[in-house]
Amino acid sequence: MKISNTKFLIRTVLTLLGFALAEVGSFAIPTLQNQTFVIRDEAYRAILAGLMVIYLGSGIFSWFSETRRVKYAKRAPFRLFIGLVLLVWDMLGTKFGKLHMPFFPGPSQITWVFVEEWEFLLSNLLYSLRLYAFGFFSGVFLGVGTGILIGWFSKANYWIMPVLKMTGVIPAVAWMPFALNIFPSSFLAGCFLVSMCAWFPIGFQTARGMQATQKVYFEVARTIGGGRFYQLFHVAIPNALPTIFTGVSTANGLAFTTLVMTEMMGARGGLGYYINWAKAWSSYYKVYAAIIIMAILFSIILKIIGAIQNRALIWQRGLTSNVEERG
Amino acid sequence: MSKNAVEVTGVTRIYTDVRGNPLEALRDVSVSIQQGEFVSIIGPSGCGKTTLLRLIAGLDSPQAGELRLNGEIISGTDPQRGYVFQQGSLFPWLTVAKNIAAGLKARGVYKQQKADVAEYIELIGLEGFEKSYPHQISGGMAQRVAIARALINRPEVLLLDEPMGALDSFTRADLQDKLLELWKHDGTTMILVTHDIDEAIYLADRVVIMSPRPGKISDVIPIDFPRPRHRGGVEFLAMRKTILEKLDLASAKPEPEYTI
Repeated sequence: MKISNTKFLIRTVLTLLGFALAEVGSFAIPTLQNQTFVIRDEAYRAILAGLMVIYLGSGIFSWFSETRRVKYAKRAPFRLFIGLVLLVWDMLGTKFGKLHMPFFPGPSQITWVFVEEWEFLLSNLLYSLRLYAFGFFSGVFLGVGTGILIGWFSKANYWIMPVLKMTGVIPAVAWMPFALNIFPSSFLAGCFLVSMCAWFPIGFQTARGMQATQKVYFEVARTIGGGRFYQLFHVAIPNALPTIFTGVSTANGLAFTTLVMTEMMGARGGLGYYINWAKAWSSYYKVYAAIIIMAILFSIILKIIGAIQNRALIWQRGLTSNVEERG
Repeated sequence: MSKNAVEVTGVTRIYTDVRGNPLEALRDVSVSIQQGEFVSIIGPSGCGKTTLLRLIAGLDSPQAGELRLNGEIISGTDPQRGYVFQQGSLFPWLTVAKNIAAGLKARGVYKQQKADVAEYIELIGLEGFEKSYPHQISGGMAQRVAIARALINRPEVLLLDEPMGALDSFTRADLQDKLLELWKHDGTTMILVTHDIDEAIYLADRVVIMSPRPGKISDVIPIDFPRPRHRGGVEFLAMRKTILEKLDLASAKPEPEYTI
């Protein structure tokens, strides 16, 4: 598919148009001020301007490559739509006060939180990130370890697999009352819960992938002189890699849920904690701000894991994302 | 050439089928294969030819009789006895070069013999495909890699279990020539299981004919006309006819109960 220069220019204009209209709307119509506090539009306007700069830049960058041109042009209608949604939201919320307060604040109010409370938000963000890193990675480590034991030793399969299956179906948060009591800090309790929820799917999928190894690969390993060690580390575990990643993706989704729930219920920091704290003050616009940060943070984490997976599974046939990357 | 490399004496292998009945895959099979010889084993399905090959490889063990390589009893697998499987035996997670290197890594001599990998890639004519993954190359290429992976360990014997069974006839002819080339290069003893009579005649010094139920050797035919053999030549066609007749006998059909 080819995109002509004129068509690409039209698409670029469309991409920017929505955000430009939202920006014009924000400047042109006076903000309806509330009695209790002042609504500041600067952060919202700056973000709109930032988005326009980014999309203009990516348009210029895409100009020179056929494949990037197609991608960019394809996304134009959606970006226009987002801009228009922001415009309508801003009108209803900030400009004419038609939305039900305090539950549905306008975009200006929400984005100003990033300016007003950036230090507190950042410290909570880092708290969440730390909990995720320790909890999730220890879960991956434990899960892969348990899975290897189960997948390789029939004794472990006999004794541990039923335990894994039984405890695995329990949502990790069910252990919360117990975890909060036996662990010395709420951070360790959170780590325990996040790693518990990752442990089951990863352990199960690791074992399953190893047990599904074709017999011929082991026979090849034996005829070329590979012992038990070679068969485990160079045959069974590589064979399990695709299902290990299936487990990691499942675990990741569960880990986000568990992370936020533990923070909301027992922690002294973190985005979940921030939401709870903001709710107690009826500052719902802050809840939205935290939710936006979560969306961005979790998307980035998913992207990173996706990139690692694509790299590790490059040998698999028909992984469409590989083909895209090569193209 | 007169030294026996592989000696199979009175080997019997009985399997149990799904109903629990005994199934004699091999009964009292004896055969000797000389060092550097190229032997083809041919026979209808169920004659135990793959079973015999797996026993020589040490992937399986017999109920009676013994197998020896250079006088030593075969028990368990050993890189001395390389094995090439039918198809789809390459490790899908390794590149062509790493699949070939797998033999060296498995024995822990990769560092010392790294250079052999490039040598074997050149020998099988796959330069430029070193970094390709198995799903990116053709079936014929994949079998060349499988052969190189077994040969890089410099085995005494190379056991080939219908390695060309799934290939089209052009690729197959090509790979047969490659196999002869490798055989001359390394002087490895070759034992090839096949169901293709032409392939057996084209490649082998001797053709071993097996018959089923119970699996046993019914004939051993030397092929003594020189290589390269012409597939349409008089000697070739005469040999083909001989083997076909023997095979017909080998898979003796039951006498018709009545005739009209």
